[in-house]
Formats: sequence, structure tokens, C-alpha cells
Amino acid sequence: MSKFIMHRLLFMVVTLVIISILSFIIIQLPPGDYLTSYITQLRSMGTDVSDEQIEYLREQYGLDDPVYVQYFKWIGNFLTGDMGFSFSWNRPVNELVWERLGLTLVISISSLLFTWIVAFPIGIYTALRQNSLSDYFFTFLSFIGVATPNFLLALVLMYVSFKYFGINVGGLFSPEYADAAWGIGKITDLLQHLWIPVVVVGTAGTAGLVRIMRANLLDELGKPYVTTAKSKGIPNYKVILKYPVRIALNPFISTLGWQLPKLISGSTITAVVLSLPTTGPLLLDALKSQDMYLAGSFIMLLSVLTVIGTFISDILLALVDPRIRYV
Amino acid sequence: MAKENNQNGNYEDDIYAASQKELIWMRFKKHKLAMAAGIVLIIMYALAIFAPFFSAQDPHQRRVSYKEAPPHQLHFEDAEGNFSLRPMIYPYNKEVDMETFEDIYTEDESKPTPIKFFVEGFEYEVLGLFETDIHLFGTGDENRPVFIFGADSLGRDLFARIIYGARISLSIGLIGVAVSLFLGILIGGIGGYFGGKIDLFIQRMIELVRSIPQLPLWMGLSAALPSSWSAIQVYLAITIILSLMSWTSLARVVRGRFLSLREEEFVIAARLMGRSPLEIIFIHMLPSFLSHIIASLTLAIPGMILGETALSFLGIGLQAPVISWGVLLQKAQNLYTIANAPWLMLPGLFVIITVLAFNFLGDGIRDAADPYSK
Repeated sequence: MSKFIMHRLLFMVVTLVIISILSFIIIQLPPGDYLTSYITQLRSMGTDVSDEQIEYLREQYGLDDPVYVQYFKWIGNFLTGDMGFSFSWNRPVNELVWERLGLTLVISISSLLFTWIVAFPIGIYTALRQNSLSDYFFTFLSFIGVATPNFLLALVLMYVSFKYFGINVGGLFSPEYADAAWGIGKITDLLQHLWIPVVVVGTAGTAGLVRIMRANLLDELGKPYVTTAKSKGIPNYKVILKYPVRIALNPFISTLGWQLPKLISGSTITAVVLSLPTTGPLLLDALKSQDMYLAGSFIMLLSVLTVIGTFISDILLALVDPRIRYV
Repeated sequence: MAKENNQNGNYEDDIYAASQKELIWMRFKKHKLAMAAGIVLIIMYALAIFAPFFSAQDPHQRRVSYKEAPPHQLHFEDAEGNFSLRPMIYPYNKEVDMETFEDIYTEDESKPTPIKFFVEGFEYEVLGLFETDIHLFGTGDENRPVFIFGADSLGRDLFARIIYGARISLSIGLIGVAVSLFLGILIGGIGGYFGGKIDLFIQRMIELVRSIPQLPLWMGLSAALPSSWSAIQVYLAITIILSLMSWTSLARVVRGRFLSLREEEFVIAARLMGRSPLEIIFIHMLPSFLSHIIASLTLAIPGMILGETALSFLGIGLQAPVISWGVLLQKAQNLYTIANAPWLMLPGLFVIITVLAFNFLGDGIRDAADPYSK
């Protein structure tokens, strides 16, 4: 087991290094360097930038060094918590990202829980009632769920709730709590707004998981040990919940690895539509205004979250299923 | 050879004599949903290819007096209650609400305008071959246009824009999948054919790409495209960006198939007879899992279409005046617009139908291609 964990840990580090290179490439991609555009921007707003200041900034960001030195400077600063400076916000990047990253995490994890809680009973139900009307209904629903882009679902939900209930469902907080400090009131307010993005982000994953759960359970239900257990007089629900369901549960953990990247992606675009104070809208703004330090840091941090999540899910899976450990 | 008229008699003989292709086709035909999906897709692609013929108006033509006009209702009875099979529309009278300054469109029942078929309209080229001005339907009256899906904020025909947009949205899936296929067969094939350390390395590489959240990376890459690029260049670049992340599932399929086929007798025989690895891969191994590849390809297309839609929707993919479903949906981004003009969400319906159809079709092909299914 410890060998397995070491393997995964090593793999995680390699992944993170490659992701950091990718993020750095994205920072470097826009033509010219960001400092030049920043200085033009400052000058166009009438701020005077002296040559010493420019020299100082160039020095600080190592713009005159070769690319690989710039990379090491950037990643070195990144690791110590200095993520550079956001030119459009005129603030250090790390002041901007943490709260938003936290809220992104809250939405992603709640969506994951939502996915599990909804997919579990529906998966079992449709497998037990195979080819019934309700099975077809849920199958149809889950196909629609997979086919509908997140943002479209958000739009439709927004339209329906505005048109028929007269409420605007955007945002994560009511206006009076938006800038308030964290407390019981703010948390309850958050919970009241949270369900919409959670449903939107979680739907596609739920639909996929229902399909997998149903297929796995159907495979198990036909096996002789189920018949044996039934013939011994164990109540039906006990037979099903105790043995086949336990085996069919495996994908809940094994799909975690690719669910996480999808959840992070999904919450990014949903956040833009519903204007949530998470990473999505800020990342989009940063990319559009070529505020590359901010954008690169976001991409880096979101990927780090995903990779760590995948690592945890690998370990969990190995704990649950002994066969995995020796691959 | 299977004969159509032989079905009640010697059906069994047909199965034994049928080639692989015929077996797959026979199984596929039984999959009703997949057949229906196939027909839907054929219609979609026909609409896209012959978009000018099916659209009543030029998708770029702006009509100031039709800003955000709702879809025209088709009437089969005129104001006096006379029934006619030929549908007709009533042109709109536009008024401005003096309190909210919103446009209000009301139907003018005094001017029934019948819909004509195969009418003359704007000129266009068919497949670059010849010019014509015949359209499937329209009013034939330049001053009384018909908007069956309504108009956008600049008074352009939404239906025409949707089927013109299908050209981009539907082709980006195909081209993107072709690029992913190339990468997938190359990388997955190498891993599966050689096995061992190379395979291990490639598997880790696949895992690595899969563990990166797609959308933020797509966003980063496509936002970095130079703004001086032409529409075609952006289109190609977006396609490549989309494929860079999506080859992994194809590579997995190819690798798995290679691994299982590698030990088959016919491959060993070919190797013993001195065929080169490339010859073995392409002449002997590829045909035996081609159908699986086609199935995975079909299932990979929706991801591409959704990716393009998402990027363009966010405003960092394709840009107007290029028309794609994502670009069209960009107009439906805020609550105010969709509350006033909900028909602007219609391109999304086309996205859903197309993605569903590709999923059903892919499922059908996969079931049909599997020789072990009943």
C-alpha cells in the first residue's frame, strides 16, 4: 500500500510540474510582454511612469532573463505564495484568489455530494425496475442531462424562475451579505443561494453516474449468489442492499478522478452565467483583459485542486478495492 | 450475400454467409433509437449544407423594424375563418411602449400574407457550382419577411442564422474528431503495440491530460489567440485546441484493442511472415476494430460541439460576424434578454438535439459492432 501511495505521489508531482509549465506558457502567450501593455495602459490613463519604475518592474519580473529563468522565478515565487501582480485590479494576485477559490471548492464539493445522493437511489431503482415506464422516464431524463450544456441549463433555470416565480437566481449572496464578514447569517444566506449552481453543475455528472450504477447493478443482480441468498429466505431489500449494491458502488469512487475536472470546468462556466463570486467570472475577465498573472494563477490553482482531488480518490479507491493496489 | 427476400426462409443461412459489414448493418437496423438519431443527423447536416435554400432571409441582413421580433405564428384560417391548407402569416405592426420604451409587436390581421414554397429570394451559390435564388419557403415579398424563429436584436432572421451556424458547429465536431483520431491512433497504437515501458509511459501521459480541468485550459489557450487572425485561422486554432484535450479517450480504446489483438494468431502469423509493424497495424489489425473506432468517434463528437459552444458563448471562441451556435447563444447571456426574447435560446435546443442524436447513434453503432452481443 505504501508503495502504491509513493507511486501516486510521484505521479502527482510530475503532473503538477507539467501543469505549471502549461500555465506559464499561457501567461507568456499574448504578444509582447504584459509589462509593456501595462505601461501603455497606465500612460493612456494619464499616469506618469518613470524609467526607473519601468526598470524596477522589469527587474522584478525578470523580463530580461531567458525564458527558463523567468519560469523558475515565477514558480519559485508561486510556491512561496507570491503569485505576481494583477494589473487590471492593481492588487497582488493572491489577495484576489483565495476567497473565490474557496467558494469554487464549496460549489464543486456540494455538487459532488448532490451527484452521489441523487444518483444512488435512482440508479438502484431503475435497475430493479428495468424496462418499466419509470425506468424509461429516468433513462430519458439522464440522456437529456448529459446532452444539455451547463450554461444552457443555468439560462433555462434563470428564465423559468424569473418568468414564473419572479425571482432573480443569480449570485451566491443577497446584497446585504455580499460584503459582510463571515458569520452564521452569511452562511445561511449562502446555503439558500447555493442549490441552484449545485443542481446546474451536478446534473450532467448525476446523469452519467445513474447510467453506470444501473448497468453495474444489473450485471450483479443476475449472478448466482443473489439467487442463493434469496433462496435462503433473506428479505429482498436486504439481499440487494447488502451485496450487489456494495459492488455496484465502486464507480462512485472510481469515477471521482474524472468527475473532479468536469465539476471544476462546469462550475467555471456556470459561475459566469449566474454571476457567482467564484473563480469563473474573474478568470474570464482576466483572460479577456490579458491580465495574465491572474489568469495563469487561476488555471494553475484550479488544476492543483483537481490533481490533489484525483490523488485522494486514487487512495480511497485503493482502500476500498484491494485489486487496484497491485496494478 | 444477404438477400432481402430471403428473410422468412433461410435467415440463419444469411447470417452465416453475411460479411462483417452486413452483420453490423443488420444489428444496427434493429436499434430503432439509433436509426432515428441517424436520420435526425442527416437532416441536420442537410440543413447545414443547403442552408441558403432552407432559409427565407439572408442571415446577415439587418432589418431595423424587426428588432427582437417574436416568431411569426403560422395561421391556417384568415380573419373571416376561411380555412386554407396554405399557411399564412400576419405582418407585424410595431409600437413603442412609452413607459418602458420596449417594442411591442402586434399582428396586422388586415394583411394576410401567404407562405409560398420555392420562391425567389436572395441569390446564393449551391456547393460552389451554380447560382440560384430559389428558396424552400418565404413570402416572396421583400417588405413582409417571415421569421419562423423570430429575429435577433439587430432584426436578423434567427432560423437562417441557426442553420448557417450549423455549418460551423457541426463541422468543428468532425474536423476536431479527425485530429483527435490521428493523435489517438498514433499514441494509443504505439502504446498498445509495443507494450511494456512505452505503454506505461503513454498511459501515464493519458492520465495526466485527463486530470487537467479542460475548460480553464481551453479558455486560457483560446484567449491567447492573436486578435489579428482571420476567422478561418481562429476556427482551425479552436478546433486544434479542442482536440488537444480529447484524444485521450480514443487513445484508450485503440490501446485496449491493440493489447488484446496483439496475441491473436493471425497477428503472430503476419509477424512470423516478416510483415513490418506498420503493415501489421494498418493492414491486419485496424480492420478488425474499425467499427469500435467509429463508435468512439461518434461518441467523441458531442464533446467537441459542446466545447466550441461553451468557448464561443463565453466570448473567447469564435467571434461575430462568424455564425456558430455558441456565437448565437452569446446573445442570450443575460436575464433581461432571455426574459424579453426567450426564442434567442433556440440555438441551444439545436445543440441538445444534435448532442443527443450523436450519443444515441454512437450507442447503436457500439452495440452493433460488438460481436458478443445478441
